[in-house]
Amino acid sequence: MKADSKGVLTGAHYLDGDFAIAEGALAAGCRFFAGYPITPSTEVAERFSERIPRVGGMFIQMEDELGSIAAVIGASWAGAKAMTVTSGPGFSLMMENIGLAVMMEVPCVIANVQRGGPSTGLPTLPGQADMMQAKWGSHGDYEIIALSPNSPQECFDLTIEAFNLAERYRVPVFLMTDECVGHMTERVIIPESDEIELSERKSYQGPKDQYQPYKTNGGLVPPFVKAGEGYRFHTTGLTHDERGYPVINAECQETSVHRLLDKIRKNVDDIIQLKEEQIDGAEVVVISYGISHRVATKAISEARRKGIKVGSLRLVTVWPFPEQRIRRLAGEIKGFVVPEINYGQIVLEVERCTAGQAKTILVPHAGGTVHNPEDILKAIEECAK
Amino acid sequence: MNVEQAVQELMVDAEHPMDAILRMDRIPHIWCPGCGIGLAVTAFAAALNQAKIDLDKVSVVSGIGCSGRVAGYVKLDSFHTTHGRAIPFATGLKLANPKLKVVVFSGDGDLIAIGGNHFIHAARRNVDLVIICVNNFNYAMTGGQMGPTTPLEATCSTSPYGNFEHPFNLPFLAESSGAVYVARWTVMHIRRLTQSITEAMNKRGFSFIEAIAPCPTLYSRRNRLGLGLDMMKFYHDNSVIRHGANTSEVDIGYQEKIVCGKFVDREKPTFLDKMNEHLSRVLGDKYQPYGVNHERD
Repeated sequence: MKADSKGVLTGAHYLDGDFAIAEGALAAGCRFFAGYPITPSTEVAERFSERIPRVGGMFIQMEDELGSIAAVIGASWAGAKAMTVTSGPGFSLMMENIGLAVMMEVPCVIANVQRGGPSTGLPTLPGQADMMQAKWGSHGDYEIIALSPNSPQECFDLTIEAFNLAERYRVPVFLMTDECVGHMTERVIIPESDEIELSERKSYQGPKDQYQPYKTNGGLVPPFVKAGEGYRFHTTGLTHDERGYPVINAECQETSVHRLLDKIRKNVDDIIQLKEEQIDGAEVVVISYGISHRVATKAISEARRKGIKVGSLRLVTVWPFPEQRIRRLAGEIKGFVVPEINYGQIVLEVERCTAGQAKTILVPHAGGTVHNPEDILKAIEECAK
Repeated sequence: MNVEQAVQELMVDAEHPMDAILRMDRIPHIWCPGCGIGLAVTAFAAALNQAKIDLDKVSVVSGIGCSGRVAGYVKLDSFHTTHGRAIPFATGLKLANPKLKVVVFSGDGDLIAIGGNHFIHAARRNVDLVIICVNNFNYAMTGGQMGPTTPLEATCSTSPYGNFEHPFNLPFLAESSGAVYVARWTVMHIRRLTQSITEAMNKRGFSFIEAIAPCPTLYSRRNRLGLGLDMMKFYHDNSVIRHGANTSEVDIGYQEKIVCGKFVDREKPTFLDKMNEHLSRVLGDKYQPYGVNHERD
């Protein structure tokens, strides 16, 4: 294993999704990892613990997931690109501090290698039932970014993208993968480090005495300064003004929350990535993400063989949800088929955007394995009627 | 010259030595008359002046509660975080920039109840942090509920018939978890508290200072112990200073003697010392210390 001077393992590798997440993070410049062991995400932490002392980074195994995410937020304030990784129960434990990262506007990445739930559920088997938790799991109103890789290659690519988005928008970004992708071993191509495009948080350039941590000067993302540079700034999880000082009233709440939402909502075109296949002329579109897309691909090709005009829309970005695209498609096709390893989460968004203009058929699965492609095929046939 | 003019004259250009360390634009603060947290902050500010460290490199991290508001009033890089998570937040901050001096300033409920697990693990790892724990024996921000340090028999809003839970002995907990510096003072011992904070600021490793403070609005009122001044008088009459005391014997009983002093001051490699020493030894020249962004292979 030989990395270049930036810690990037350029070349063709045979990696599982979890290892690819760690490599993607290192390639993105992540040099701080805090985590707590939990199946099926542990291999990401293991890979970090092995690699990071060789590339000038910091690894700490915290006492729990509450501590892991708190340490990541602290590290990000010191200027580090930082991440943690977890699965279901640990994701639940992280929720409060994810809200803190949103409120303090701290760039960081949280990977969730999803397993079956609720509770301890199925530690070693897949699920996709934390998708709504990613959107709504922390209390209060906010927008979030969540990406869903469907292969080890995408685990690598999208971890880099997650860091880039986190840095650009000063937000926590979720990488929502699952046990299948996390433990799936495939070829992963890691490019030369100078071919990897990286975004860095915009740093404040003005006079020190005029710095205000949340002053955006009309923009949506305030420039960043890290701790220890003499700005002597304050930040809080309380509703705050541009100085970062707590202001407990409705006006400040409106201004603050509105900007936190707008930061994402007004940049959906920059954030959202979709992969569309054979959509032109399709009567049925299968909307899927993560491992379910790969199972759906089999059903789609079978359906096309049977003469059904079916296309695929894969949500590479799950949050923010591609409302406009779904709304437009809804007016053009008979209906959507939504396979997901849960009993109906993303399908609710599809139904909301469709607003009755097209059929929406959920192909649910409680988790523990992936769908049988035949179940998706049946739904496609039903939808095409 | 009338009195008003005389006062005006005296006020001109008079700068309080603490002004440089406090966010004067946030004063008045939220603490009640007679509260002891302000005295702990005074001691901290005086210690910063004494300790001769670059204030640009000092970060203060607080959790939630009355003492959790300290971060908001100090003119330093300051972080008001979530309930119980000040220590892991501070751990991330310190490890990601080892040049920072990171101080955690929070209350007994925040650090020892909801944050108790982080407290013992940061002490075990000997993360280089200064922990100042203001102990007012109850959850004051939420209206005076009992907590992990409430003495037996004390009445709180959730122990209306008196507390029957055994409280933590914080210096003992800190020492047995691995802290390298452990001291306890009441906020009446302002100079000694300042001295301890100064020592802790110049100490490498997990330092713990317990500052016993009056809460006249809730704890003392509910227990009919009088106002802040009465509590200060109680501390004056009932504190005993025993440096180097066995921490297993410094429990605090309800309105009983408070043993104060510097209990522990020992040397031990910090988390970063151990990490650097161990990984250099095992990995040799393949080890790249944090911040060095090149792999030698």
